[in-house]
Amino acid sequence: MTASTTAVPQGREEIVRTINVVKEYRMGDQTLQALKGVSVTIYRGEYISIMGPSGSGKSTLFNAIGGLDKPSSGKVFIDEVDVAQLDALELAWLRCRKIGYIFQTFNLIPVMTALENVALPMIFGGMLEADARDKAKAILERVELGHRIDNKPSQLSGGQQQRVAIARAFANDPAIILADEPTGNLDLNTGKAIIGLLKEMNRERGVTVISATHDLKMLDISDRIFWIRDGAVEKIQRRDEVTIDAGQMH
Amino acid sequence: MNLPVQAVGRVQRQTQLPLSKAVEIALKSMRVRLGRSILTLITIVMAMAFLTQVWLGNRFGPVIHAALLARAHLTVHGPVADDGRLVWLLSLSLLVCLVGISNAMLMSVMERFREIGTMKCLGALDSFILKLFLLESIFLGVAGTVCGIVLGVALAAGMMVVRYSTAAWSLIPWGGVPWVCLAALGIGTAITAAAAMYPAWKAARMEPIAAMRVEV
Ligand SMILES: Nc1ncnc2c1ncn2[C@@H]1O[C@H](COP(=O)(O)OP(=O)(O)OP(=O)(O)O)[C@@H](O)[C@H]1O
Ligand SMILES: [Mg+2]
Repeated sequence: MTASTTAVPQGREEIVRTINVVKEYRMGDQTLQALKGVSVTIYRGEYISIMGPSGSGKSTLFNAIGGLDKPSSGKVFIDEVDVAQLDALELAWLRCRKIGYIFQTFNLIPVMTALENVALPMIFGGMLEADARDKAKAILERVELGHRIDNKPSQLSGGQQQRVAIARAFANDPAIILADEPTGNLDLNTGKAIIGLLKEMNRERGVTVISATHDLKMLDISDRIFWIRDGAVEKIQRRDEVTIDAGQMH
Repeated sequence: MNLPVQAVGRVQRQTQLPLSKAVEIALKSMRVRLGRSILTLITIVMAMAFLTQVWLGNRFGPVIHAALLARAHLTVHGPVADDGRLVWLLSLSLLVCLVGISNAMLMSVMERFREIGTMKCLGALDSFILKLFLLESIFLGVAGTVCGIVLGVALAAGMMVVRYSTAAWSLIPWGGVPWVCLAALGIGTAITAAAAMYPAWKAARMEPIAAMRVEV
C-alpha cells in the first residue's frame, strides 16, 4: 500500500480494489504462493498495465480481479462489491456486463463466425438476436473488421482474431476491460495496432483498461504501471515517472 | 464523442435464457461441427447396431431353429433358448456400448473445455452450459441409436437367412422386436447423454480459468 501513495490520482471514483490478495497453488505437498498479499486500487477510466517478469503472478492477479478464479485469501471489490459474496447468477452477470475479457490466445469460439462471437455475450445478457447482431456488426466495423464479419476465427489472422476478441469484450459496454497479454501472440506492428485500439476505446468510451503484459510498448499509453515481482507489487508508477526511468535506462 | 451507457450501478442477476435459445445454439453447434459429430455418431451407430443384433439374433435363433425342426417333424428336447448365454452376451455387448460411447462422448466434450470456460467468461450460466450439452448429446444419441437399431435389426434378420437359409425369413418372430428397439433406444440415448453430462458438469462447475487451462 505504501508504494501506491505516491502515484494515486486524487478525487476519482474507485472501480477495483484488492485487499491483501493471496493466491496459493497446492501441488502435492508443496504450496506455491503466486500472490503474496496484493493491495491495489484502480480508478474509473484509468489505463493500467501490470508489468513483471514471467511467472511473477500477473495472470494470477488478472484472474482474481476478473472473478475468474478465487483467491486463497484477501478481498476483491469491483465497484465496491465484494466479488466473493456474489452468488452464481450475480457472478455471471458481472462477467457478462461489467467486465470484458481479452486473452493472449484470443479464445474465440472456433465454430462461430466473428459476428456470432461478438453477439454471444449480448445474447447471454438477454438481448434479442437481431439487436445483438446489429450491435455486433457496428462494433466489428469500429475495429475495422466490417468486411470479415462472416469469417470463422480460423480464417482470420492473429491480429484480426484479437480485434474480434476486443469487439467481443466491448459487446455489453463493460466498465472494465481486462486484458491478459493481449499482444503476446502478435508481431510488433500488429501488437502496436492492438494497443492503439485499446487506448482509443479507453479514451472514447471511458472504460477502465487493466492489462497484464510484459510488452514495453504498453508503457507509453498507460496511466499507471503496477510492477509485480514474485507475487508482490514492487512499485506503482505514473507514466511520467516511467518515461524518466526509461530515459535513464538508455 | 458521447459516452455509451455503461452497466452502471451495483451488481444485478444474470437472466436465464429460454430453452429455445439452448436448442437453437445446440443445433447450430452440431451443424457446424458436422465432421466431428459424424465421427462420434459412427461410434454410437456401431455400438448400438452390435447390441441390437446380439439381442435380436439370440431371440430369433432358437425360435427359427425350433420351427425348422418342427417342420422336419423333429422335436426339440430341453429349453428352446439358453438364458444364461443370452444374459452373458447381452451384458458383454452392453459393456461394449458403454465403453465405446462413453469414450467417444468424453473426448468430444473434453475437446471443448476451453470453449466452456470462455462461455463462462462471457456470462453463461452453468445451467445453460449443461442444457447445451444435454441437448446436443440427446440429439446425437437419438440419431445414432436409431441408425444403429435399423442396422442391428437388418443384421440380425440377415444372419438368420445366412444361417438357416431363406426359409428362415418367414419364420422370424417380429413380435418382440419393437420392444427390444425401444429398450435399445432408451439405453443408447441414456449412455450418450450421461457420458456427455459428466464431463460437461465437471467443466461447468470449474472456475472459468481452470476449464480454459485443461488441454486434451
Ligand atoms: N494452475 C496453476 N497451478 C500451479 N501453479 C501455478 C498455476 N498457475 C500459475 N502457477 C504459478 O504461479 C506463478 C505465477 O503464475 P502467473 O501465470 O500468474 O505468472 P505470469 O506473471 O502471468 O507469467 P507469464 O508472463 O509467463 O504469463 C508461477 O510460478 C506459476 O508457475
Ligand atoms: Mg501470464
